Amino acid sequence: MKKKYSITSIVKNSLSNNENWGKMWRSPNPKKHYDVIIVGGGGHGLGTAYYLAKHHGIKNIAVIEKGWLGSGNTGRNTTIIRSNYLWDESAYLYDHAVKLWENLSEDLNYNMMFSQRGVLNLAHNEHDIKEIKRRVSANRLNGLDTMWLNKNEVKDLVPIMNTNNLRYPVLGAAYQPRGGVARHDAVAWGYAMRADELGVDIIQNCEVKGIKTDNYKVEGVETTKGFIKSSKIGVVASGHTSVLAATAGVRLPLQSRPLQALVSEPIKPVINTVVMSNAVHAYVSQSDKGELVIGAGTDGYNSFTQRGGYDVIEETVRAIVELYPIFGKMKMLRQWGGIVDICPDASPIISKCDVEGLYFNCGWGTGGFKATPGSANVFAHTIANDEPHKINAPFALSRFSDGRLIDEHGAAAVAH
Amino acid sequence: MILIKCPYCGERDQSEFTSGGEAHVVRPKNPDSLSDKDWGEYVFYRNNPKGIFYERWVHSHGCKKWFNAVRNTSTDQILKVYKVNEKRPDFSDFENTLKSPSGEPSVGSGNFAVKK
Repeated sequence: MKKKYSITSIVKNSLSNNENWGKMWRSPNPKKHYDVIIVGGGGHGLGTAYYLAKHHGIKNIAVIEKGWLGSGNTGRNTTIIRSNYLWDESAYLYDHAVKLWENLSEDLNYNMMFSQRGVLNLAHNEHDIKEIKRRVSANRLNGLDTMWLNKNEVKDLVPIMNTNNLRYPVLGAAYQPRGGVARHDAVAWGYAMRADELGVDIIQNCEVKGIKTDNYKVEGVETTKGFIKSSKIGVVASGHTSVLAATAGVRLPLQSRPLQALVSEPIKPVINTVVMSNAVHAYVSQSDKGELVIGAGTDGYNSFTQRGGYDVIEETVRAIVELYPIFGKMKMLRQWGGIVDICPDASPIISKCDVEGLYFNCGWGTGGFKATPGSANVFAHTIANDEPHKINAPFALSRFSDGRLIDEHGAAAVAH
Repeated sequence: MILIKCPYCGERDQSEFTSGGEAHVVRPKNPDSLSDKDWGEYVFYRNNPKGIFYERWVHSHGCKKWFNAVRNTSTDQILKVYKVNEKRPDFSDFENTLKSPSGEPSVGSGNFAVKK
């Protein structure tokens, strides 16, 4: 791997006012044919291309993105990483990702700013306590580092939190110290740069209009830059996956909804962990710049407008201010929405389908960012071998007819 | 945030309503002969179009009555609201004025779609 970034390169480039840094990846015109086409240039898609090229020896790959890299949900999430999911299947999948996160900066030689500052899931009532303790036990049986903290331990960890004087008092929390945050743009850029070095064509500003199939076999994609042939197509288009699937005659059990997030003005460090609460629906962390990063809920109806309703933000901000009274007078700088694709069981689909050569990695709903490297890794395996990896085998599309659902509504941070 | 015209109460804020998902989903008439795949279709699969969507709403903080609506999910514009016993309106000739199939400009986000 070419070492593009080092202390010497920083010193060298500073001498020319940082004006001579090279492009991180090429912008080639699409070829007529590729062995594999990945639709969607977010973290999951670029990661898939990277692992396909690195581990599976496939070099003739294109990643097609309708906007710029990471312009979808990769750049719109709240960057939280954890693996404290209830069921075995999910624990393996999400912890596979956390383990890859732990070495990702090293692997890509690009700083992911991965910070394992821990993640708290608050309990506000008797039911929460039971549910969360059950999840902590299940996690520990799966070898995860989750633990139960009582109210005082939570208060020690986050002194600014109001634990008593509120409508839903804080009674305890699940804590996963290996959880944390990472810089979301760096994930897309790091994977893009290294995939590009391995010969992957990254084609931006090129929208896939449809997937062409013939007798249940893929032939290629129709794009705004013309038809591109391929016998293997991986669709990683989050909210728009069902729209693309429909062009290939495939139906997916997905519903697309806007999910919002917002950031405040930057302040001095006040909170050095990630705190989430399902019951009052508020989660917050502080970025390295000092902004509070706040995640709101999904709108209650299907929509493809990347905005979301104000009532959803209002509900979240109300809960945040009650939990942290010192944030009461803070100003919010930015708010945005992304379109998430939600599965009936709040677990993703990483699967083949009835059409030969067509693969889907979708249904991540409100929590796909944390899984980026793991998802990309097993999806690359699925595409290369035309067989799922043992980690993603349970996340097949067939679970919606054989009934082997992986119900993670409790572990998903955003109720849906 | 959108305004919805309840056929019984008039125009109210969307936060007064609860979405009931896709409308006109019919329970299979032959449950005994249905395969697992067919049942899966009925239970878990719903249309998720970017464009014309027939959906159900309930005025949960108002009259508590159910009704149907036709909405363009790429702009959130509600094209028609009708009572449950009324016929499904036909919007097959509706033309989405947004150019790209995803309903967005070639670069950018859906935010532009709502500007008039």
